[in-house]
Amino acid sequence: MTGTDRLFLTLSWVIGMGCVIFLMLPIVITVAASFTSSSVYTLPPPEWSLRWYQSLERRSGLWEAVTLSLNLAVVSTLISLVLGTLAAVAVTRGRFRGREAIATFTVSPLMMPGLVVGVALLQFFREIGLRDAHWSLLLGHIVITLPFVMRTLLASMATFDFSLVDAARTLGLSYPRAILSVLIPNLAPAYLTGGLFAFLASMDNYPISIFLTDARNKTLPIKMLQYLEEQPDPSLAAISSGLILLAVIVLVIGSRTVGLNRMIQG
Amino acid sequence: MRRLEHIGLLALPGLTFLAVIFALPLLLLLLKSFQIDGQVSIAEYRLFFSDSYNLTVLWRTLRVALLTTLLALVIAYPTAIAMSRARGIWLSVFLVAMVLPMSVGVVVKAFAWSIIFRTRGVLNDMLMSLGITDAPIRMLFTESALIIGAANVFLPFMVLPIYAVLRQMDGRLPEAAASLGATPVFRFFHVTLPLSLPGVVAGCAFVFSLAVSMYVIPSLIVGERQQTLSMLTARSFLYLRNEALGATISSILLIIAISVVLGSSWLANRLGARS
Repeated sequence: MTGTDRLFLTLSWVIGMGCVIFLMLPIVITVAASFTSSSVYTLPPPEWSLRWYQSLERRSGLWEAVTLSLNLAVVSTLISLVLGTLAAVAVTRGRFRGREAIATFTVSPLMMPGLVVGVALLQFFREIGLRDAHWSLLLGHIVITLPFVMRTLLASMATFDFSLVDAARTLGLSYPRAILSVLIPNLAPAYLTGGLFAFLASMDNYPISIFLTDARNKTLPIKMLQYLEEQPDPSLAAISSGLILLAVIVLVIGSRTVGLNRMIQG
Repeated sequence: MRRLEHIGLLALPGLTFLAVIFALPLLLLLLKSFQIDGQVSIAEYRLFFSDSYNLTVLWRTLRVALLTTLLALVIAYPTAIAMSRARGIWLSVFLVAMVLPMSVGVVVKAFAWSIIFRTRGVLNDMLMSLGITDAPIRMLFTESALIIGAANVFLPFMVLPIYAVLRQMDGRLPEAAASLGATPVFRFFHVTLPLSLPGVVAGCAFVFSLAVSMYVIPSLIVGERQQTLSMLTARSFLYLRNEALGATISSILLIIAISVVLGSSWLANRLGARS
C-alpha cells in the first residue's frame, strides 16, 4: 500500500463514519426530544420527563389513527403476500413469453411518484363510484405493499430449487399443498423481510393515503401532520419515538432471523 | 409436465389487480390531461408552461432533486467504499445505520429535521454555544435545509446499490493494476469507478425520482412559501379544487418519473454491454 492508497482509504472511512452519524442524527434527536420536560424543543432538555408520553392519552383521534394504520398495514401485507406468491411462482416457473415484463411491471409501483398514484386513484375511484374511504385506502395500500413483496420473492425464488416441490408432488401432495408445505417454509427469510418492509411502507405512507381519506378514516401519518399544524409540541416526538421503537423491533427480528446482510438485499 | 403450461395463470390475480388499481388509473390520468371536453388538446400544458410562477416551481423542483442526488452521491460513494472493506462489528455498524433509518418513516425523519433546523432549534443552539454565531441563523424554510434533509432521507438508497456492486467486484483487479504500475488515482478512475458505475446509475436514478416527487419532506422543512411540483399538485387537489391543474402537474411528474426509469435502464444496459 502506498501513501496515496492509505490517504484514500482513511478519507473514505472518515466520510463513512460521518455518514453513519448523519444517518442516525434524526433518530437520536427525536428520541432525546421526546423525553423533555419543556414545551419547546431544546436539547439537551432542561429536565428529563415522561410528560409528553402521558399527554398522548389526551390527543384526540390518535388511537383511532394507530388502529387504522396497523389494520391497513397488516391486511394489505397479507393480501400482497398471497398475490405475490402466486405471481412469483408463475414468473419463476412458467414457460411463457413476457415473464420479464411481468416481473418489471409488478415492481414498478416502487418507481412511480406516490402522490401521482394517489391522484390517479382518487379520480379513478370517484369515476367507478367507490366512495368508501376504508376500502379505497386498503386497495391503495395493496399497491404500496405488493412491489416490496414481489421484489424479495422474485429474487429468492430465482435461486430456489423447485425440484423440491416436484418431489413433494411425487410423494402425493397436491400443487397448492406442495407450495404451502415446501416452498414457503424454505423461503421464510424472504417472506419475513419482504413482509416487514411492506408493513413499514404501508405504516409510513402519506402521499397516497392523503387523497383517499375522509374525516373519519385518517391514518397515523396524516394525523401526525395534522397535529404538527395544529399544536406542534413535543408529544409529536413521543409518537415518533413509538414508531422508531417499532422500526427497532423489526430490525431486531430481521437481524436475528435472516441477518442484516440479507435484509439490505431487499 | 403439462401442469407447467398452466402455471402462468397463477400470475393473473396479482396482475389483474395491478392493471386495474394501478396502471389503468395512471393511464386515465395521463389521457385526461391531454383532453378538454373529449377533444385531444395540449391547452392545459400550454396554460401551465405560460405561467412564469409554474416555471419557477418546475425549475426549483428539478434543481432541488438534482442537488439532493449530487449531495447523496458525494457522501454515499466513499461510504460504500469503506463499507465494502469493513468486516465484523464495523460492517454491522454500517448495516444498522442503513437499515434502521430505512425502517423509520419519512414523516418521522422530516419532522426531526424540522426540529434540528428550527430558529431556536438544536443546530442553532449548538452553533451559538460554540460561539460560531451570536444570533440564530434562519435555516428552516431555506432550500439548503431541504436539500440536506432530503439527502439524509434518501442516502441509504444511494449507498446500497453502490455497495452491492463494490462488494461483488473482484478485489484482485485493482491489485493487478497496481502490480502493473498504475497509480492509485489512475486505478480509481480506470478500474474501480468504471466497474461501480452500474451501482451509481441505479442509485442516482432512484434518489432523483424519489426527490423529484417528494412531498412530506418539503412541506415540513420549507413549507408553503416555496412550492415544489408535488406540493402544487396536492394544493390544487386538496385546497384549490383546481383538478385540471393538479392532473396536468401530476402528469408532468409521471412523465419525469417514466423518463428517469427508461433513461437509467438504457444507460445501465449500455454500461453492461461495454464491460
